[in-house]
Amino acid sequence: MSHYSIFSLLKHALSGHKNWREAWRSPAPKSSYDVIIVGGGGHGLATAYYLASEHNVKNIAVLEKGWIGGGNMGRNTTIVRSNYMLPDNTHFYEKGMQLWEELSQSLNYNVMFSQRGVINLAHTPGQLDAYARRGNAMRIAGVDAELLDRAEIARRCPGLDMSETARFPIVGGLCQPRGGTARHDAVAWGYARAADQLGVDIIEKCQVTGFRRENGAVVGVETTRGAITAKKVGVAVAGHTSQVMQMAGLERLPIESHLLQAFVSEPVKPLIDTVVTFGAGHLYISQSNKGGLVFGGDMDGYNSFAQRGNLPVVEDVASCAMTMFPSLGKLRLLRHWGGIMDMSMDGTPIISKTPVENLFLNGGWCYGGFKATPASGWCFAHTIATGQPHDLNAGFSLDRFERGYTIDEKGVGPVPRLH
Amino acid sequence: MKIHCPFCGARDHSEFTYSGDASVVRPDHGEQDQEVWHAYVYQRSNPKGVHQEYWHHTAGCRKFLVVERDTLTHKVASVKLVNRGAL
Repeated sequence: MSHYSIFSLLKHALSGHKNWREAWRSPAPKSSYDVIIVGGGGHGLATAYYLASEHNVKNIAVLEKGWIGGGNMGRNTTIVRSNYMLPDNTHFYEKGMQLWEELSQSLNYNVMFSQRGVINLAHTPGQLDAYARRGNAMRIAGVDAELLDRAEIARRCPGLDMSETARFPIVGGLCQPRGGTARHDAVAWGYARAADQLGVDIIEKCQVTGFRRENGAVVGVETTRGAITAKKVGVAVAGHTSQVMQMAGLERLPIESHLLQAFVSEPVKPLIDTVVTFGAGHLYISQSNKGGLVFGGDMDGYNSFAQRGNLPVVEDVASCAMTMFPSLGKLRLLRHWGGIMDMSMDGTPIISKTPVENLFLNGGWCYGGFKATPASGWCFAHTIATGQPHDLNAGFSLDRFERGYTIDEKGVGPVPRLH
Repeated sequence: MKIHCPFCGARDHSEFTYSGDASVVRPDHGEQDQEVWHAYVYQRSNPKGVHQEYWHHTAGCRKFLVVERDTLTHKVASVKLVNRGAL
């Protein structure tokens, strides 16, 4: 077991850094495991880690059809926050924030979690009132929130258009000081390495092609690398949730897969040292440690598995970004990509048992899965290990839609593209 | 992504409002079975491939269209007016 430390760094320097061990093994799949996690993204890897570390489960495999962290875990805009309003969400994401604050130490891997604050701009007095309400809901739940005035926002975000003649003048904003960013690949690799060190088999290029069932219950999976039996199977595949669950007989789910684009500019010297979101449109922006501005906006708004988007959104996002920070108009766009968002019918995730025995589902993350990686893995592990949800994810059940207990932060109803 | 509106011709998709899966059928007004309503409101097949979907030409003629489009390639195979049945 190789522990990363200043001592290991010095020791390996002596041999020219040629003897570092691989961060995780590449074992062949065994014929049987206690738990199989389908999906080697952040949530699947975190789940495997917490199953091993919190619940002492010994025989775990994570099956990933491609390479780990190659889906949405590798495509997000890295924002971490716990500034939700509805109680089920507030408590869940705050658990996540507490895990984030210890994560580099727990995993012995620098995930570069930077609590640089998240600021939501308000452009009308009514909007500021709404943000004050959200901030109070957060504080009642024990989460940090502060209301900022114009002067404070101008001080924290030089470059922001604070002029009175701005199309959407800034009247103030809500800030979560403990929010910020993290290096998304490092989170995937950190969980993978830590899980591997606890005996989890991480099996890449292994796609699940079917489920084995006995008397209705799942007893294993068929894969491109052979059949594997398991006592329990947890599915965490984000955009392809419908496709995977259909193989287990769940023909329809309260999910539509939608398209979200993201952008990175050419690197520049430090310009934005916090996370800022636009209040008159959907846009969020921060600056990575390499200097590129990382930003994104609305979904394209139609079902898609293409992982590439269309130009109207590019224009809209660029317009919002330049409305906030006019100087961005001089920068070139360096990287641009799309992902597949598993949009749930109420905009809230699903971490749940399913009608199929031994089969558990983690999905419906919409476009907000990255920040939830630790809490999602922690809760999903609890649900799988004990067979019951934890209090923190009890509200995220798959059957809440038919029972009438949807959790709709935006209040827009069963229209995925609006969430 | 272009959608060929029967009245207005080929237009960019941004002229339209996407209105979701066109294969789900609204239950009769008097339907009592909650499961039927639940399926209509919430349950979707979400295909990776050919999808029947509503697009509303909000920035043009404002007709509702049923579009057959591939969700993986974005290729539009056909566009029809919504059939409102007998008058």
